[in-house]
Amino acid sequence: MNYNWNWGVFFQQTPDGDAFYWEWIVSGLLWTLAVSAAAWLIALVLGSVIGVIRTTERTWLVRLGNAWVELFRNIPLLVQMFLWYFVIPEFIPPLKGWMTSTEPIYAQFLAAVLCLGLFTSARIAEQVRAGIQSLPRGQRMAGRALGLSEVQVYRHVLLPMAFRIVIPPLTSETMNLIKNSSIALTIGLMELTFRSREMGEYTFNFFEAFSAATIIYIAIAMTANRVMAWVERRAAVPGYIAGGGR
Amino acid sequence: MAMIEIRDVSKWYGAFQVLKDCTTKVEKGEVVVVCGPSGSGKSTLIKTVNGLEAFQKGEILVNGIPVHDPRTNLSKLRAGVGMVFQHFELFPHLTVRQNLALAQVKVLKRAKDEADARGVRYLERVGLAAHADKFPGQLSGGQQQRVAIARALSMDPICMLFDEPTSALDPEMINEVLDVMVELAKEGMTMMVVTHEMGFARKVAHRVIFMDHGQIVEDAAKDDFFGTPRSDRAQQFLAKILHH
Repeated sequence: MNYNWNWGVFFQQTPDGDAFYWEWIVSGLLWTLAVSAAAWLIALVLGSVIGVIRTTERTWLVRLGNAWVELFRNIPLLVQMFLWYFVIPEFIPPLKGWMTSTEPIYAQFLAAVLCLGLFTSARIAEQVRAGIQSLPRGQRMAGRALGLSEVQVYRHVLLPMAFRIVIPPLTSETMNLIKNSSIALTIGLMELTFRSREMGEYTFNFFEAFSAATIIYIAIAMTANRVMAWVERRAAVPGYIAGGGR
Repeated sequence: MAMIEIRDVSKWYGAFQVLKDCTTKVEKGEVVVVCGPSGSGKSTLIKTVNGLEAFQKGEILVNGIPVHDPRTNLSKLRAGVGMVFQHFELFPHLTVRQNLALAQVKVLKRAKDEADARGVRYLERVGLAAHADKFPGQLSGGQQQRVAIARALSMDPICMLFDEPTSALDPEMINEVLDVMVELAKEGMTMMVVTHEMGFARKVAHRVIFMDHGQIVEDAAKDDFFGTPRSDRAQQFLAKILHH
């Protein structure tokens, strides 16, 4: 391939003249990180709650949890992004009012965080449920037999082990979430993919722009992976063999 | 008043009846062994005593407190009834010490130091004080089950339930667990024990209950049971497990 790479393009001024192209990329990266981090918090908290209630013996709670998971898992992520940005605010006038009065990027940020957070929460809920159900049934019984309440059994007996078991799938969910955040470019959020494409369109240096985006995405995902691996090592239980064989 | 009183208890899983009008009692200080072929309902019966298994008909009173009454605070009742499981069910993410302290602190509201001291005392009793800071996964099966007994004892139970405490153990570890149980029985602990260990029954049981197909077929004093069990089914069962 005959292409003249021009890495110097990152140090050229943008058309507005108030920034360099590398600053666009960094700003995009920051929005990607912000959206991912906020959505991850929502996903982890809601996913844990929904996962837990699906393992209780209360039928209505289980149904609620199942409905939640089905709803967010069965609609394409892209459609959900459009729903959160264009459709749902129409039904909530105060939200609509805020979204039209504020800077567009805050409205886009909120929609993207809700969309990615809830979508991922359904997936984490499924993993937390599976993690809890993979524990021997006797663990719950032993907790109850000692007089612990249902909440205490979850808090002190079931969840500490269930979370350890689901760290590996949780890692790939975290990486998926970071990569899925690029979908937010469709509602105009100026995150990393948006900025790379924008830079490509202004400079025609698409190769350089998307090379940068690719390397940055890989770096973020690998960092997330390493952090989770560290958490997994830190949380490892001495002598415990996963699965337990019974 | 009996420590454990079971009256006409029946339980169904859908259309399948797992317990059929079971009636028996365990007096204070008594050791009662429950035996029978697998699927006979003995594990289910012992789990109804502290309400871990619900039942649809009948009454169970533990120290006069009705287990079947929805107004009863089951957590409170369970805290006073020790239970030992077939698969030990220690909490794998907690050290032995923490396993023993958890419910003392969370349920009985004991101070951490007090709970810890008491836990270590019971660990000494079962000969495992040196292992207090290990995790369950680092102990043998027999050691884990002794920790489980110590965990139950550290709650100061008024009676103890054992659900096949030795059936998941390698043969050479069975005795170390039975020794602890024999000692407990000799100290006058009220015990209901589901087990196939007839040697244990012979040594310390006051009564033996034989169950089959969800029914209590035989409920006799130990000597009567091992002498001449009245039912054919119990005779066959004994012949099978004693002669091999």
